[in-house]
Amino acid sequence: MDSYIIGQQLLNGLTLGSIYGLIAIGYTMVYGIIGMINFAHGDIYMISAYLTAIILAVIFSFGVTSLPFALLVTLLLTMVITGVYGWAIERVAYRPLRGSTRLAPLISAIGMSLVLQNYVQVSQGARNQGIPILIDGVVRLGGEEQFVQITHIQILIVLASFIGMGVLTYIIQKTSLGRQCRATQQDQKMAAILGINTNRIISTVFVIGSAMAALAGVLVTLNYGSFDFYIGFIIGIKAFTAAVLGGIGSLPGAMLGGIVLGMSEGLFAGFVSADYKDVFAFSLLVLVLIFRPSGLLGKPEIEKV
Amino acid sequence: MFKLSLRKYLVLTCVIGAVALAGNANAAGTIKIGVAGPHTGGYAAFGEQFWRGAEQAAKDINAAGGINGSMIKVVKADDACEPKQAVSVANRLMDVDRVQAVAGHYCSSSTIPASEIYDDAGVLVMTPGSTNPKVTERGMKGVFRMCGRDDQQGAVAANFIINKLKAKRVAVIHDKDSYGQGLADAMIARMKQLGVSEVLYEGLTRGEKDFNSLVTKVKSVKADVVFFGGLHTEAGPLVRQLREQGISAAFVSGDAINSADFVTAAGGPRYVDGVYMTFGQDPLTLKTGRDVIEKFRASGYEPEGYTLYSYATVQALTAAMDATNSTDLDKMADWLHSHSVNTVLGEKSWDSKGDLKVSDFVMYQWDDKGKFRQL
Repeated sequence: MDSYIIGQQLLNGLTLGSIYGLIAIGYTMVYGIIGMINFAHGDIYMISAYLTAIILAVIFSFGVTSLPFALLVTLLLTMVITGVYGWAIERVAYRPLRGSTRLAPLISAIGMSLVLQNYVQVSQGARNQGIPILIDGVVRLGGEEQFVQITHIQILIVLASFIGMGVLTYIIQKTSLGRQCRATQQDQKMAAILGINTNRIISTVFVIGSAMAALAGVLVTLNYGSFDFYIGFIIGIKAFTAAVLGGIGSLPGAMLGGIVLGMSEGLFAGFVSADYKDVFAFSLLVLVLIFRPSGLLGKPEIEKV
Repeated sequence: MFKLSLRKYLVLTCVIGAVALAGNANAAGTIKIGVAGPHTGGYAAFGEQFWRGAEQAAKDINAAGGINGSMIKVVKADDACEPKQAVSVANRLMDVDRVQAVAGHYCSSSTIPASEIYDDAGVLVMTPGSTNPKVTERGMKGVFRMCGRDDQQGAVAANFIINKLKAKRVAVIHDKDSYGQGLADAMIARMKQLGVSEVLYEGLTRGEKDFNSLVTKVKSVKADVVFFGGLHTEAGPLVRQLREQGISAAFVSGDAINSADFVTAAGGPRYVDGVYMTFGQDPLTLKTGRDVIEKFRASGYEPEGYTLYSYATVQALTAAMDATNSTDLDKMADWLHSHSVNTVLGEKSWDSKGDLKVSDFVMYQWDDKGKFRQL
């Protein structure tokens, strides 16, 4: 096998894995803090793809010609609006169920996911939507025929994933907000007694998670160019798998899980069989969970007696 | 829990009875036709085409006086292109909506299980778009189609790939579904008769957008033609990622990419430039449908893809009801087997299996403006 093919497959896996990682952050943060799986998270990502296209169209209709400016504004606005979605979903679908059984918010999340999909289908139509290609360049290493290539937007995706994760890790480890988050995660009641507004902290976590999904949404929309109301489903499941693989509740774990998943999918599809790449990815998950039940970087849960 | 007093119970019974009677009285003057397809889910674009076509056909038939005085009512049934949901929605059409005929479904993997329900219930079904051979190969009298079959379509594609493109190294990709894989297999079968074997045979996962690792694999086998059996939602990103990785191999696919959405899914016309596809005679160019096409365009809807196929399906179903003055499966099926119907797609007739007697698959090519034309 030519070495450039292996290199290309590793790069394919890295970019795909970075996207999984970015979305997995949303799953892992929410799970970390309130112990529920937010199945509507994939659809939050889908909403951000639509917002990207709408905001870009609005900006360009004002006659803006500077591409970096347009992209930056789009990114910020999309993250803010998607954050509002995340906040609203928590308020409407999860907060009323806090303190009930563990399964209730899970069902509510699945319901929310269906609501979002159908709301977008009805309001935006069932058809594929797309945006033109805005970032075009490509870096090719090697000769005329045999080369390894990575597009500029793919480089951007990988960079953004690592920067996003770095910033979040800093916030959680070093800032006062992060301390409050960790306290809420460890013991909600005790944190509340000590004067932390836990409801506000939980809302904040939903907003941050959604904003990260929006970051992924903007970059992925720029990368693939097309989207529909259904794109959140499969990528949501993959990102969730990545979060579990890396250790749900752990931020670096989400990123690591995403990249491990993306790379193993890419290499397996490239050298063994694309038919069975999902089977392989999930077998890997099962194996990891057998030997490390809390995932690659997860902390083992201490049973309180 | 609450208890009903006898009086309340009687009142309730009367109300239920009255509602039921009203329902029956209403049903006497209308004939219901189920329009089954993916009205939600990732393939809802096709469901919309089905629904628009069927709705317009019902409207036009009713405006012309209906069927022997009865009005047509179309009932939407959503299978989301999922076999399981197709079965439950088929049961609903039979037990709750009590339709007299069905136009549907779209995905072959839905049509096949659903048609067993219709067969049990004695209701005739005609699919505007399911091309998998198995649909009509199971000896069911009441299953018809308004489109060709994948073995015919695959053969047309294979002839083109081998004889016109002179391909030696053909990579075959499918979407692991009855339609996509069936079409890919049919193409390979014909290709082998012509003495060429595929160099790659792989399936991708529906709903994903990133096929880069598969694309790199296509590159490593140095294919000169890539054949794809699947729908436009996956064909679009696939062809784009092929081109982005610098692969210039010809891209050939089937009738399910014939939608303007294919261009959007591919990220713009420049990526679909040169793509080949098989499809029936383009309904938009047929003279027989000109008035109907004008009507659609006047209402601001471009009747692309399966819209006119769905329209023609309702025409054929109602023609059989009209001629036999019945909605009985046997009578309608016998009539359809022995008569031809003038539809917006031209004159159509069916063989004993329920397949069209004449299939008209031809090759098309997309251009850099995002339009396709017959070769």
